[in-house]
Amino acid sequence: MQKSTVSKALKSGAIWGFILLELIFFSIAGEHLSLSDTAFMDGENMLLLLKQSAPIGIIAMGMTIVMVNGNIDLSVGATFAIAAIVLLDSMTWPIFAGLGDGVIPVAWLLALTVGTLLGALNGLIVWKTGVDAFIVTLGSMLGYRGIVFMFNGENPTSHLNWTLVDFAEAEFLGFATATWFLLGVTLVMWFVMARTVHGRNAYAIGDNREAAVNAGIRVGPHMMINFAIIGFLAALSAVVFYSEAGSVNPNDGQLYELWVITAVVLGGTKITGGAGNVIGTFGGVIAIQLLRKGLGHIGADTSTVNLAVGLILIAVLFLDKQLNLKGKEELKV
Amino acid sequence: MTDPVLRLENIVKTFPGVRALDGVSFSVMPGEVHALMGENGAGKSTLMKVLGGIHQPTEGAIYIGDDRVTMAGPLEAKAKGIVFIHQELSLAEELSVAENIYLGELPRKRFGRVDWATLTERTNAILGKLNVGFDARTRVGDLSIANQQMVEIARALTVDAKAVIFDEPTASLTDAEKVVLFDVIADLKAGGVGIIYISHRMEEIFRITDRISILRDGQYQGTVNTAETDEESVTQMMIGRQLDLSRNASHHQLGEVAIEVRGLSCGKLYTDISFDIRRGEVVGFYGLVGAGRTEIAETLFGLRRPSAGQILLGGVETQIHSPDEAIAHGISLVPEDRKGQGLVLGMNCRDNMTLPQVDRLASGPFVAEGEEIKIFDKYRDQLDIRTPGWRQKVGNLSGGNQQKIVIGKWLSMHPDVLIVDEPTRGIDVGSKSEIHKLLRELAAQGYAVMVISSEMPEVLHVSDRIIAMYSGRIIRTFRSEDVTEDSLIQAISGIGPGAQATEVA
Repeated sequence: MQKSTVSKALKSGAIWGFILLELIFFSIAGEHLSLSDTAFMDGENMLLLLKQSAPIGIIAMGMTIVMVNGNIDLSVGATFAIAAIVLLDSMTWPIFAGLGDGVIPVAWLLALTVGTLLGALNGLIVWKTGVDAFIVTLGSMLGYRGIVFMFNGENPTSHLNWTLVDFAEAEFLGFATATWFLLGVTLVMWFVMARTVHGRNAYAIGDNREAAVNAGIRVGPHMMINFAIIGFLAALSAVVFYSEAGSVNPNDGQLYELWVITAVVLGGTKITGGAGNVIGTFGGVIAIQLLRKGLGHIGADTSTVNLAVGLILIAVLFLDKQLNLKGKEELKV
Repeated sequence: MTDPVLRLENIVKTFPGVRALDGVSFSVMPGEVHALMGENGAGKSTLMKVLGGIHQPTEGAIYIGDDRVTMAGPLEAKAKGIVFIHQELSLAEELSVAENIYLGELPRKRFGRVDWATLTERTNAILGKLNVGFDARTRVGDLSIANQQMVEIARALTVDAKAVIFDEPTASLTDAEKVVLFDVIADLKAGGVGIIYISHRMEEIFRITDRISILRDGQYQGTVNTAETDEESVTQMMIGRQLDLSRNASHHQLGEVAIEVRGLSCGKLYTDISFDIRRGEVVGFYGLVGAGRTEIAETLFGLRRPSAGQILLGGVETQIHSPDEAIAHGISLVPEDRKGQGLVLGMNCRDNMTLPQVDRLASGPFVAEGEEIKIFDKYRDQLDIRTPGWRQKVGNLSGGNQQKIVIGKWLSMHPDVLIVDEPTRGIDVGSKSEIHKLLRELAAQGYAVMVISSEMPEVLHVSDRIIAMYSGRIIRTFRSEDVTEDSLIQAISGIGPGAQATEVA
């Protein structure tokens, strides 16, 4: 019993320990290797890091509930791009011409609705066909990305609305708008997963689906709601990011699904479902962003960053497996 | 007499090609404990699935009180007051005890929030009644299997039940916990709840039930009052003949010792195990589920690492680190779970049979198909495997023929020691005796055979010697001439209070 509490504490705290390690490493390494004069642990730098974590982080919160539920969603990057196009393009539509800046909430609403519907469609297919979520969303990842390219070919879609940019670049209590959205989404998803019946049922389904069915939980509709949630959050992520950027390339959001899943898994969510929480995911998001930023700080290029993240992900999962072993007499597989 | 709480009338359920239930009728009175008995495959679980709304009956009707009902699913059954306590634990390990007990029906506050206070309070009240040593907040995964079973049982107490169905509830309970369970059942009974109690353990059936209904091959055999019957007649109704407890009488010429184990231990799973098996000998390992027999077999096959002791093969001490090494040393294991561990169900007969040696059968870079077919033909003839041809998918064969494929697979590796774990689980009576004969013949050909079985007739039939195990230890070793049912049952019960000689089937 004692041993298991120790290993549990180790596990739940592991991601924060890892973040601490990163901070120490990059601070020391930064002194010797960095080209810039500013310290890595500079306040400005850390605030920027939080803001840059937002696009991945917001989606990761949705991925947490989907993965705890025992599913996965690979289409979030494509949904992200579609929502971005809807957001920017709808502001130029003639029917909204008379609205002035009133077009902003309309465009936001449109983008979020489209994202939610695309997510719900994934969920509906998973529910009604019983096909594995991995396959369904692999298909929709390709399909949704196809829609992105159908819209404007290889060309970017752009529209700058300065009111919107001002809003997006605003800071409140030192945090940027995007950071506030990330924190808000984290808080809401924490509440949903830890405090509501829907959230607790998500754990039950991911842990033991048959038990959930036996207990009369309607698994299909439940999963569809979670896919709608992640669709909404992918769109929200796009809304927050492109309000500032004002231009979207048809390739934007590619590989987001992999970064998101990496963050969620680093944060302790079981890939088979049933365990995990958004606080851990938040840690995972920060850890990855720190790594990307830190390696950049000491002069590593993107490919090195990817290599490092990949290695660390595998190392973390290996450690997790070791901590979970029940003892020597365990059956070898 | 009062009206029954639950009545089944002439239930028929057919699956493509199978008549799983054929005219089953019985009723449960309020305040009655009604046992449902039958061999594996007699249709008990199908009947329960029909009752729970997981399957719809092809014909017949279910009445609750006076109302004819159709169950659309487990939740509806529960709403109507029919509660199931499942045999396989139907729990979510990562969730708390409270969440598991109220799974699907968590009390809510506004905005869909869980009402934790009410949940904890209600759960602790139920747990108090059950007298268990954990509380509502405990994570289910941290509980022992027995305590998890108690959580499952606690579910029955959450609703105002009319009928509660217990499916093998004592399979993993200790004697002390059984007493608590029987108290719970007595409480429910006193409250006018009807109880269906499914179990193989005669001792329990005769201790707590009022009436017994018996199924055989999906057919209803009748209902008897527990007080007016005895084990033997119930057994006869279940298997349609007298229980054959005849012993193996002939012994083969024994060769040298093929495998010897000295002081073998593996953590808490088993301790200080010593035995030997000679060529030409069948040694039966008998004990209750969880006595550590399968774990010994897994150790000999290199799947577990022993914490102490030696394994000697042909007199030489040998370390076995993996199944690969075990096979190389001439040990083969026919595992307990035939479909899960023994076969690749989607592959054809030939490929299954040659699976362990397929890399040795290569001709150049390719698989030597001709060789494979030769091996298959040889063992098909030798073991009398009935299949239309080697292309047949193993999943389509009967249990008996599947088991022969597994045995053939290992014989083709020319082992010295053949370990067979539960050789006839889920196999019909006719094929059972064939497998038994086969095991005897294999011994006659000079194999050392280790048979693990939980069925007394089986160990008595095939074994030259019987090793009785209880809770990870060898209690006694019998020669087939000396063994009596009573002494065998005493040995596997660990000789203690409540260890009465009543286990059959």
